[in-house]
Amino acid sequence: MTELLITKVILAGFVVFAVLNLAGFHTWVERKQSALIQDRIGANRASIFGFRLFGIFHGIADALKMFTKEDVIPAGANKTLHTVAPFFSVLFSLVVFAAIPFGPTLLIPGLEPIHLQVAKIDAAVLYIFAMLSLGVYGVIIAGFASRNNYALMGGLRATAQMISYEVALGIAIIGVIMVYGTMDLGEIVDRQGHLIGGWLPMWGIVTQPIAFIVFTTAALAETKRAPFDLPEGESEIIGYFVEYSGMKFGMFFLADFLETIVVATLATTLFFGGWQIPYMAADGFHFPWGWDIPIDNWLYVLLGFLSFSAKTLAFCFVFMQIRWTLPRFRYDQLMDLGWKGLFPIAVVNVVVTAIIMTVMGKVG
Amino acid sequence: MATKVVRRPELTFWEKLYLPQIYCGLKITFRHFFKNLGLHIAHRLGRLKHLRASITYQYPEELRPLMSRYRSRHRLTLRDDKTPRCVGCMLCETVCPAKCITIVPGEHPDPHVEKYPIRFDIDLGICVYCGYCVEVCPEDAIRMDTGILDLAAYSREAMRLDIHELMDPELRKPVNDCSLTFPHTCKVHGGDMKGSWDGIAKTAD
Repeated sequence: MTELLITKVILAGFVVFAVLNLAGFHTWVERKQSALIQDRIGANRASIFGFRLFGIFHGIADALKMFTKEDVIPAGANKTLHTVAPFFSVLFSLVVFAAIPFGPTLLIPGLEPIHLQVAKIDAAVLYIFAMLSLGVYGVIIAGFASRNNYALMGGLRATAQMISYEVALGIAIIGVIMVYGTMDLGEIVDRQGHLIGGWLPMWGIVTQPIAFIVFTTAALAETKRAPFDLPEGESEIIGYFVEYSGMKFGMFFLADFLETIVVATLATTLFFGGWQIPYMAADGFHFPWGWDIPIDNWLYVLLGFLSFSAKTLAFCFVFMQIRWTLPRFRYDQLMDLGWKGLFPIAVVNVVVTAIIMTVMGKVG
Repeated sequence: MATKVVRRPELTFWEKLYLPQIYCGLKITFRHFFKNLGLHIAHRLGRLKHLRASITYQYPEELRPLMSRYRSRHRLTLRDDKTPRCVGCMLCETVCPAKCITIVPGEHPDPHVEKYPIRFDIDLGICVYCGYCVEVCPEDAIRMDTGILDLAAYSREAMRLDIHELMDPELRKPVNDCSLTFPHTCKVHGGDMKGSWDGIAKTAD
């Protein structure tokens, strides 16, 4: 029991450490990537002992600045809720990572097999969507507790947007759940390792391409970043965190990046085989053209983890690229896309998936 | 009344589908991203320096190229014997629309020159950089071609240039040390007259 507890604490610590650092790193990536896209150079002046390292210390400088700034709570604001809201935002984006499997099972002699997943939940998909939905509370409470009408409107805008897109998001996932027949993310990843016709990995992108497009779009809307950044609208509209300053504002900022990473890991897990590498099994690579390369368990785990990380980072990169490519939607266009575009497509996808599965005789 | 019918192009089916348009947009941003990334890496390796990776100039380290006609900080041109070419005709002081030039002429030992400035001040805090002083000068004695743009100072006093700084663009405030040998009102020595023509008049001959 103690052993289990220790492994879980180590795993959880590792995940939180990795995710928070990646989120901090995102501030640098955002600056540099946008700079390269727009023919600029990007922040590169912060230095430690004269080392600039392409401005990577700007994240640290930002955090220091945030922590040392005055924390203003407006007169008449609900002090408790005003303080709690940013914590909600960050907390609900962080706990999602508990259910994400980031590597295959690690075998250490003398210990129980360690699943590289903080919490092995049977209904992990439900858990993740519950937590993502609760993230709305951070937003709406922030808008409500600020006692600022603009913030309240911003919060309502954000809530309406997130709830609308959650519908499409959830229905898009149903197709995936139907194909793999489980809600356990670890199981979903395992089953994506199977091969169709002996050569094509049964990844989600192969079996559910439409669901992938709907999922990515809706998930980007969930993260509240451009082109779906109406809740914030940093250039002209006033968002739900106008009345926040210092690190509380920083936490909303952090929550945005965390959500981007959540979406990236989810897209990896559900549609790109999680930690799977094509043709890699626990005892080694088995290529369809007959090669067999045996590998040890530690190498298997390492490759799996690297594969997961690489896919996640690639998704983060693509999401960032989309964020700096597309202009913001108008609000009616946003609602149109959610309710008249993605929602029907997701429903049709579920129906078509069901029909195909019945015809192919995979059900009952 | 003739009305002009503006025909707005309808979106085609593929444009309405939106996804191909996202692809087109991403193509542009990806092209910029990888082109600039490649150029930045090439610059680090010392290659392709003639192609710019960004339109940003890294200002204090990298100065923007200036046009040759650009009007930057003034300087007084020199004769071969390191005395000012200025003959103290007061044309620049007279033409100056901002009245930022102060000249006190003195008698030059050479009878062909008549006068020279024992004091020549320009208050850059007042100067409008019109360049009239350069245009009007009959002796080509004042120019605005130093390329110096960083003219910020912490006080109005520090914006006033005297003959020491105008004759030597390298000089920055505070000027502690006077290298001028001809007679001039020297700020370094509290506004007293300093120097003589003795050594210079001989070399001029």
